[in-house]
Amino acid sequence: MTTTDVAVELITVVIDGFEVNVPKGTLVIRAAEQLGIQIPRFCDHPLLDPVGACRQCLVDIEINGRAFPKPQASCTIPVEPGMIVKTQLTSPVADKAQKGVMELLLVNHPLDCPVCDKGGECPLQNQAMSTGHAESRFEGTKRTFEKPVAISSQVLLDRERCVLCARCTRFSDQIASDPFITLNHRGALQQVGIYENQPFESYFSGNAVQICPVGALTGSSYRFRARPFDLVSTPSACEHCASGCDMRTDVRRSKTLRRLAGDDATVNEEWNCDKGRWAFKYVTAVDRLTTPLVRGADGVLAPASWPEAIAAAAAGLKGKRSAVLVGGRATVEDAYGYSKFARIALGTNDIDFRARVTSDEERDFISSKVVSSTTTYADIDKADHVALVSFEPEEESPIVFLRLNKQVRKRALKVSSISTKLSIASEKLNANFAKVAPGAEAAALTALELTNKSVILVGERASETPGLLSTVISVSEKTGAKIGWIPRRAGERGAVEAGALATLLPGGRPVEDAAARVDIAAVWGVQSLPSTAGRSTSEIIKALSTGELDSVVVGGVDALDLPHSKDAIAALKKSFVVSLEIAPSSVTEVADVVLPVAAVTEKSGSFLNWEGRARAFAAAVNDSFNRSDLRILSMIADEIGESIMLGTVTQAAREISSLGTWDGARATFKSVSTSGAHSVNGDQALLTSWRRLLDLGTLQKGEDNLAGTSRKSVAVISASRAEKLGVKNGDALRISNEVGSITLPALVEAIHDDAVWIPRNSRGTQPLISLNSVHGDVVSVVKA
Amino acid sequence: MTKLTPVLSAHWDEKDSFTIQAYKRHGGYKASEKALAMDPDAVIQLIKDSGLRGRGGAGFPTGMKWGFIPQGDDKDHYLVVNADESEPGTCKDMPLLMANPHVLVEGCIIASHAIRAKRAFIYIRGEVTHVVRRLNQAIEDAYKAGHLGNGFDLVLHVGAGAYICGEETALLDSLEGFRGQPRLRPPFPAIAGLYARPTVVNNVESIASVPAIIANGAEWYQSMGTEKSKGATLYSLSGHVKNPGQFEAPLGITLREILELAGGVRSGHKLKFWTPGGSSTPIFTDAHLDTPLDYEGVSAAGSMLGTKALQIFDETTCVVRAVLRWTEFYKHESCGKCTPCREGTWWLVQILRDLEDGRGTEADLEKLLDLCDNIMGRSFCALGDGATSPITSSIKHFRDEYIAHLTNGGCPFDSAKSTLFEGANA
Repeated sequence: MTTTDVAVELITVVIDGFEVNVPKGTLVIRAAEQLGIQIPRFCDHPLLDPVGACRQCLVDIEINGRAFPKPQASCTIPVEPGMIVKTQLTSPVADKAQKGVMELLLVNHPLDCPVCDKGGECPLQNQAMSTGHAESRFEGTKRTFEKPVAISSQVLLDRERCVLCARCTRFSDQIASDPFITLNHRGALQQVGIYENQPFESYFSGNAVQICPVGALTGSSYRFRARPFDLVSTPSACEHCASGCDMRTDVRRSKTLRRLAGDDATVNEEWNCDKGRWAFKYVTAVDRLTTPLVRGADGVLAPASWPEAIAAAAAGLKGKRSAVLVGGRATVEDAYGYSKFARIALGTNDIDFRARVTSDEERDFISSKVVSSTTTYADIDKADHVALVSFEPEEESPIVFLRLNKQVRKRALKVSSISTKLSIASEKLNANFAKVAPGAEAAALTALELTNKSVILVGERASETPGLLSTVISVSEKTGAKIGWIPRRAGERGAVEAGALATLLPGGRPVEDAAARVDIAAVWGVQSLPSTAGRSTSEIIKALSTGELDSVVVGGVDALDLPHSKDAIAALKKSFVVSLEIAPSSVTEVADVVLPVAAVTEKSGSFLNWEGRARAFAAAVNDSFNRSDLRILSMIADEIGESIMLGTVTQAAREISSLGTWDGARATFKSVSTSGAHSVNGDQALLTSWRRLLDLGTLQKGEDNLAGTSRKSVAVISASRAEKLGVKNGDALRISNEVGSITLPALVEAIHDDAVWIPRNSRGTQPLISLNSVHGDVVSVVKA
Repeated sequence: MTKLTPVLSAHWDEKDSFTIQAYKRHGGYKASEKALAMDPDAVIQLIKDSGLRGRGGAGFPTGMKWGFIPQGDDKDHYLVVNADESEPGTCKDMPLLMANPHVLVEGCIIASHAIRAKRAFIYIRGEVTHVVRRLNQAIEDAYKAGHLGNGFDLVLHVGAGAYICGEETALLDSLEGFRGQPRLRPPFPAIAGLYARPTVVNNVESIASVPAIIANGAEWYQSMGTEKSKGATLYSLSGHVKNPGQFEAPLGITLREILELAGGVRSGHKLKFWTPGGSSTPIFTDAHLDTPLDYEGVSAAGSMLGTKALQIFDETTCVVRAVLRWTEFYKHESCGKCTPCREGTWWLVQILRDLEDGRGTEADLEKLLDLCDNIMGRSFCALGDGATSPITSSIKHFRDEYIAHLTNGGCPFDSAKSTLFEGANA
């Protein structure tokens, strides 16, 4: 239970002869749980509104001596003073009622448990054992349906198993606000269905599968794959975004078969998104790197032994001018490894975790504001107003969306979205949509009415608009509103804390602060650390291309995510590149040494979510031969002769905690002035884009069922532009500049007249690669 | 001397009874004029004083229901008239609306004034196209005559054919455009009804009774009926009876008296069993001919007054067959929301079919009764309860007949004999 500012009134009730004190408003079924009395239930779910449909939780209730004439559904009735409850344990009437309902539930339920995915972990199976009759009196005909029905490419429905508890439809309506599934028909033929003309494309549909109390909803990817009692479950954390979901990974014979949302009331409650749930096949993808590769004299990458590869890597780095590029998938421990490796083994501060469009303004924002940020989900719960700045919660941090949505539903939380285009999430959040031209976000933020109870949630895309982060800081300082920086990738906040940035040492210590360097040098057992701020990602690429740097260690970075990616690849090609990677990427093609690393399920570690909250996890697959980045870096460092002494994740974690906190000065922020939006005329438009949750991301590889529910690639323009171009929905639009062009079907929506929006990394649309631009630049938009 | 007290049905025999002219000829729309000049609270008090109780079946005091609407809350209030009359045997509201739609329109005007509603809805079952047309015409004429409009609107909404939408909260869901399924209570409609606003849901006959009470006063109304069941009401007689139809009489009249007025059971036959208030009320036999048909009298005898739908069955009728037909109706109409009703009716039908065909043993009767016990009072709304009433009551009164099906290896009755078509028994 979360702490609240208001004192909660407690009510005493008697359940089966035992007194219990519970907060006013607690439902009887929940009060009974406090006493360890489990009342059977199906439709009841603590995070959904009560419905009282299944009638399984009937109990006898009297209030101040007045008994209800018939048993009541304990999932719908809040406790009252003077209430005496008799459950199945003490009331023969309640017991018979429950057994009767159980018998009825089984009337139309098939006895196919031996082939049902839910068998072995099924609330119906379990409660039929605890509450049912040993033998059925039903001798008639059960209803049958054609099976299964595809609710979407990733969710299948076996209607005959459904007990019509409506958890799935209520989840979709109340939690995800994607009311695309609903109950149809009536009586025993009532069934879950989807709209005929609208696909069920919810980002959260897996939760409906998880909370289904029978085997009616199954995930396409897991269906018929395993028996639950053959799985080994490991508590884990999600590697897909910075929301920080608690997870459970189920493994059979070293292979991950499914992942479920874990239970963490402070973060993801009991939910997660479909990407977190189903995108894990990249770990077992056929193109997974399994052995070290070294580029030989013939210019070809060839398999090599580990000692050979480590030696080759060390030889290419030792005594050279080297840098480190580490991507957002790194765990805290791995990022710490890269950070320490750069400083000790390479003697440089040239390290950056940002594999995207960045700016020095953002680096300063991170060094001064993000490292010390204490903004959490609880601040959203308490906020009077949440401003979303260059941040699409549903696409970029889905659990943040669910939390916002919960508060919008519960107490009409005011949400403002400063964005170029109206999104589905903004509509669902009933957000005040401040429509801006790409590049003009700052002025709209200044215009918002914020207080010291407000929260500004700013996304990583804010770095694409010069001066926007400066405005975020000035607005926050003026109004007292808290800032929450929500990057897209799971490892970014951890990389900040690990010092994987040119201006930061671990723990948010400024590189240029001598005392900070002494702190770290002492723990690391070295005489000194490089004292000047290093290069950023783009500066590293530039230095590689001009020859100011000789070599680079690249971990978890795809050059195609970098601006001017062709130049970046060319620069890498000129240099000595050591690549630590899970699967081949654009970097592999130009790497000199390729070292395969462990995926998240194969190692232990932790992430820091956007709040800075640690999300530790253990290895789910115990017998993987793949090593963590940190172990490999340690080997290279040993070979170079500048040991970093980080053999294991545990060692790294222990060392990180021994660093203590930094109470010295933070880096100072140098404000940058805004430039505003470019002006356009004629066919010109300002490009704007963001990544969708489901796209061409490499960690979604191999999961076609998931990809089947991704949103279609479209080019969004305003009604007036559509009219000017003579274009209607579905007509092809060509977006082009001097670099290249992208052609997509048009969609007319609420977007700034000067703007054209396209998805950033979806099928047929990778503007960073095709146009070398993602936000704010002038492109030409014509009917194709 | 006749016991009939025609008020609602006083002019049904006039050719143009459904027109606004006929209605006005007999003093129509005078009561609303009077009521609109009264303080709303005084209207509520008058209805309270009259003792009028809900004619939809439950018998809740109408004035008290109106009094539950919070006043001065700055919210829109709504009156919703339940005209979704769909229960087997129940046929009072549709004839009333066919013959005299304006009395409902006038009742709506008065009731809405009392509860401070600016908009009222009539939710009518979808199958009765002819009644819908009449009511639409009546509403149109009332607008033209200025009784509607001017700040008060009346909307007729046609249902899509679901018995469950007669349940007031399912009706509200349906009216809002959702699937008709009963809502969790609380909140009750008086607090959060239609569009989450304070709402009164009344039966057609309850609202139609209001103009006469306003016109003639509470004392006049109180002078009819019994101690706790005041006034007169429509009894609908159907089945094996000489002159079926609607009989408007004071509450407390007996079936024996009504049968006399209707010319008795069809000639050559005698009463076997009957329903006092539609198919969801436990059946009675000839032993109950003198039970006073008011809320208390019927209840004391083990059934419910319900909608006063007196379905008469003579000795040619197989009770198992009749009960099976009703049960099939409930299975077809179960909305599916709750387990006991949804699965229970599915199962009940199968057991009853077997019994009718002579399959099974006496133990199946116990199973049937136990099953009814697991449905009755366990389902979400009263539909499930109602489904069990004919079964439990028929086994109580006619257990031997059930057993006869088993020993006979099938139904011992000639079903053709119970049909009422001309020449069916030739």
